Amino acid sequence: MELLLHTRLNTKFTRTMTALAVCTSVLLVQPLSASEVANDVEFEASGNITVEQRYFFKEALYAEQLSHNQSSLSIEPELYWQWNGGSDSLVFSPFYRVDSQDENRTHGDIRELAYVHASDDWELRVGIRKEFWGVTEFQHLVDVINQTDGVEDFDGEDKLGQQMVNLSLVNDWGIVDVFLLQGFRERTYAGGEGRLRGALVVDKNNVSYESSAGQQHLDFAIRWAHSMGDFDFGAYWFHGTNREAYLTPSLQDPTSSLVEYSLQQHYVQMEQLGVDIQATLGDWLWKFESIYRNTSFESFWATQTGFEYSFIGVFDSNLDLGLLMEHSWDSRGEVELGTQGSLMQNDLFLGARLAFNDMQSSELLMGIGSDLDHNAFSFIIEASRRIGDNFIASLDVRLLQSNDENDLLYTLSSDDHAQLSLAWYF
Amino acid sequence: MLIKKILLSAVSALSLSLVATVSFALTPAEQKGLDISIEAKKRDVGWQDSTADMVMLLRNKQGQQSIREIKMKSLEVQNDGDKSLTIFNKPRDVKGTAFLSFSHPIEADEQWLFLPALKRVKRISSRNKSGPFMGSEFAFEDLSSFEVEKYSYKFLAEEDLNGLKTFKVEQYPADENSGYTRRIVWLDTQEYRVQKIDFYDRKNSLLKTLTFSDYKQYLAKHWRADKQQMINHQNGKSTELKWSHYNFKTGLSDSDFNRNSLKRAR
Repeated sequence: MELLLHTRLNTKFTRTMTALAVCTSVLLVQPLSASEVANDVEFEASGNITVEQRYFFKEALYAEQLSHNQSSLSIEPELYWQWNGGSDSLVFSPFYRVDSQDENRTHGDIRELAYVHASDDWELRVGIRKEFWGVTEFQHLVDVINQTDGVEDFDGEDKLGQQMVNLSLVNDWGIVDVFLLQGFRERTYAGGEGRLRGALVVDKNNVSYESSAGQQHLDFAIRWAHSMGDFDFGAYWFHGTNREAYLTPSLQDPTSSLVEYSLQQHYVQMEQLGVDIQATLGDWLWKFESIYRNTSFESFWATQTGFEYSFIGVFDSNLDLGLLMEHSWDSRGEVELGTQGSLMQNDLFLGARLAFNDMQSSELLMGIGSDLDHNAFSFIIEASRRIGDNFIASLDVRLLQSNDENDLLYTLSSDDHAQLSLAWYF
Repeated sequence: MLIKKILLSAVSALSLSLVATVSFALTPAEQKGLDISIEAKKRDVGWQDSTADMVMLLRNKQGQQSIREIKMKSLEVQNDGDKSLTIFNKPRDVKGTAFLSFSHPIEADEQWLFLPALKRVKRISSRNKSGPFMGSEFAFEDLSSFEVEKYSYKFLAEEDLNGLKTFKVEQYPADENSGYTRRIVWLDTQEYRVQKIDFYDRKNSLLKTLTFSDYKQYLAKHWRADKQQMINHQNGKSTELKWSHYNFKTGLSDSDFNRNSLKRAR
């Protein structure tokens, strides 16, 4: 109960803070504008405001869910200061989204609030940051530092800011990064009104941790990354709170006579080894990612393997065509829906990327994902193009198909949708 | 694939050493063309490192314009290609994107791209030489550093160009991925500065003309053109490139050209 209250307060606090932060930064942008120089401090403000409209083709599967239309507006400014000729810098990037339907999707976050000091062969980074690891496109298996902002988008590429102290050491034999991570972030999930969720809503107020330190557990990671000729290598060891929660159905309110279930989030401790390799051989990019994860519940291996091949100037034009293929494998094999997931236990992904290389940077991306163990498909198209100098228009279509109740996609099979967005960059 | 590559580089290394040692195999015109390029390269040696700002003005046939704003940092590497860091500022949607390149005269260049939205560093294929740079009329290969080994040569004539006495030299790209069969380059005989280049496409028809103007000399040695105008004769589009804030010997070193500096580049 205490934990519950704590979490609630915490969420409320974060929300108010980020809303405040977004407001201040927007106000700050106004008087200072572009870039100003004072006392050798250089300041820069930029960012984007995006309007987004989703249309779901089918009626909702679950009663509470929104029917067809979902609109939202998001803002992500970035304020940047540097001094000592760029050796010291401060970045502040809050984010806020307002959603017309899903109250969970109306949320804010501090994506970045960090100080960086750069020396010749080392760098110290302190604060809230984002750190990406990996080489593959369809699944980011080894990427572990930041929690997924799951309510943002379907692809899971949006991340929550993570508090950290990161020391980076540059050596002839590669870059070594040491991370101390405090202040665990809980994943965000679609709310009751939201689409793109399973039958049960994930309860953001019912969270438990294996570690008695809970959210304050101090996580640790060390990573080595190096390029040797055509090869780029990365390897790391992570010890701390698993970013993926075990979700278990539980009674929403035990005192109520109403029997309503929701999913409880349980975050356990894990140790994880990760490796990523890319070979860049002419027109071919060969990619490999693998993790070994050990928790008190299970230990397993998983891999993501594939390639990307580029045709430069197809049809005697300026168009570039990239073909992608990746395979996901997980040693846990198939599991029951709802248990900790190896949703990508034997899945094949095919993709094609068309870059028009025109003034408007037009791009078209198509992808098909298929579960080879049973009959499930996902299909995506993403098209984008610049309008004028400062706007980007994008259209995404996602189709999800499954005949097997054991597949996550089955619960999402009514959630086929198109998403149109217009972003203004400043 | 790897074997083929090794073989290829072995073959090209061999042909290079042939050029160097068995130079009698060159005709007088070829030798003179090579000598001019060696001299041009020699006159610019020793700049160590440089920073500069670049603005690109893209124009299409209808006169519509689009702007690109870019910052460049370069490091001279002895006996190899240069290192460079390219930082994009405009268009706004690509602000913060940065590109790190280790160029090599014969082997494939090593290139990484930093994508700020995901904070992702991506190693990319350097095969794309002929593709347009940011939708402009400049191809990637038009912007890469000049290395003598990248071409074979033939001196054509001495010609007057805009009141300057120039060498007219034909250059044939060694790289099979080049978008050109040949380039005709005019260098002034006084300072060996490139004044104009005609580019011929894979079908050997005239594709583009690049003219250099407003040359300035830095550190009493290094000439840089403030303006470059590229006109595409086949599609009617053009790109104007303006350089400013050139600085040399600013103290950049290897540590300014790695994965970490790529991530924090501004």
